[in-house]
Amino acid sequence: MNNDFINTLLLTGRLAGWTTIILLVIGFPIAYLLAYRRFPLKAVVEALISMPLVLPPTVLGFYMMVAYSPQNGFGRFLVEHFNTRLAFSFEGVLIASVIFSLPFMIQPLQNGLTSIPKSYREASYTLGKSEFTTFIRVLIPNMIPSIITAVAMTFAHCIGEFGVVIMVGGNMPGETRVASIAIYDEVQAMNYHAANQYSFILFIISLLILTLIYSINGKKKIFF
Amino acid sequence: MEIKNNANNTAKSNINSPLGVGGSSYFGVGGSLSISIQHSMLTSEGKTNLEVCTEIKGNELLCLFGHSGAGKTTLLRILAGLTKPDKGRIVFNDIVWFDSEKRINMSPQGRNVGYMFQDYALFPNMTVEQNISFAQRIKDNAEVAKLMVLFDLEALKNQHPAKLSGGQKQRVALARALAAKPNLLLLDEPLSALDWDMRTLLQQEIKKAHELMNSVTLLVSHDVSEVFQLASSVMVLKNGTVVKRGKPDDVFKIKAPEYHYLMECL
Repeated sequence: MNNDFINTLLLTGRLAGWTTIILLVIGFPIAYLLAYRRFPLKAVVEALISMPLVLPPTVLGFYMMVAYSPQNGFGRFLVEHFNTRLAFSFEGVLIASVIFSLPFMIQPLQNGLTSIPKSYREASYTLGKSEFTTFIRVLIPNMIPSIITAVAMTFAHCIGEFGVVIMVGGNMPGETRVASIAIYDEVQAMNYHAANQYSFILFIISLLILTLIYSINGKKKIFF
Repeated sequence: MEIKNNANNTAKSNINSPLGVGGSSYFGVGGSLSISIQHSMLTSEGKTNLEVCTEIKGNELLCLFGHSGAGKTTLLRILAGLTKPDKGRIVFNDIVWFDSEKRINMSPQGRNVGYMFQDYALFPNMTVEQNISFAQRIKDNAEVAKLMVLFDLEALKNQHPAKLSGGQKQRVALARALAAKPNLLLLDEPLSALDWDMRTLLQQEIKKAHELMNSVTLLVSHDVSEVFQLASSVMVLKNGTVVKRGKPDDVFKIKAPEYHYLMECL
């Protein structure tokens, strides 16, 4: 195994890891609002979050590329104020990856929250506990399988991401060349051995993650 | 602002209240609850208007009796702050909990009500001891231990709720409700899921909890014998309206027309 191979896998892990961490932080409040609050245009917000499930990745990648362009508002703002260009950078791919993986984090968390009986929350409130304390002490511990599913699905989905990455990041070794891009690149160069190595690693990781999810969902009750 | 002050007053009134075990009250402030509310609710028979205007004083154990959909649970939820009535006023010990005209609606956290849900709502991730301890506003392990002795839960203290029987869950739920040193105890059909023997046994636990708290308790029940065993007074609700209020003996006189109503309820 050469350095390129290891660096590509590490970059893939770094992208998936950061995407999962960022989504875990922003995913809980969004899932909480969607699960328990009623607000105008909620259906539109839910539809927007779920869009990556049905939208071709190249469509989102194209819009992200347009947004990152210094000739347009957002891209120009970044260049003028922060001297930063997101196109063909790890950060640019990361932002696109976060947006594209939103439903894989939000939906399991939202389902986890709605499956907890309402009486648990209400009992906690009548015992004087705030919404935040209830969330930390009552809701989170009772939805751990959903959290593990959300994390594993997001991570696994990121590892296999291709369309968005190639549109926004291209194929820059050490910066945007993740494993799925490398497989395509090696096949194009008829270097099937290297493509096979990447593919095997991705296959094994995906299999392990899905096995973890199914074994957790099979047990469901983890406290007793 | 008023809501905050009310919440503080409520909290202050409960601090430093020793747990009296063996006859004496838990914090013994007594209670005076004035209810005058209207609330539109949706039942299986369509839209019904819940209209209750009553006062509950001292250490009364009032049983709410009536058909399904009469508004019993809704009334408990309104008192706990879990459902907001359309209009009216609720005052407990001179503290306004709800006033639609003045736009006061104290949160459930501020009201400090001990609410026992039909499904007990014990937290599955916590042990029996942790469930009781979680309810305390000021941590006190000695009081948790006393409550466990009182409700015979010591042997179960490290068990999770899923491993408990219905009767054990009911005792934990009662102990948890009391651990918060509530102003008011609201019990929503606490014995409905239990068999006859267990019901008879656990009626004593409810009596014990009420005596300890020495304040107002509202209990929802469909069981006439339970009403006679536990309640000092009964309020009969029919389609959201109070049709009878008084001592069990008076309400359930086996003579017309009350007899007819009782038979209808049974």
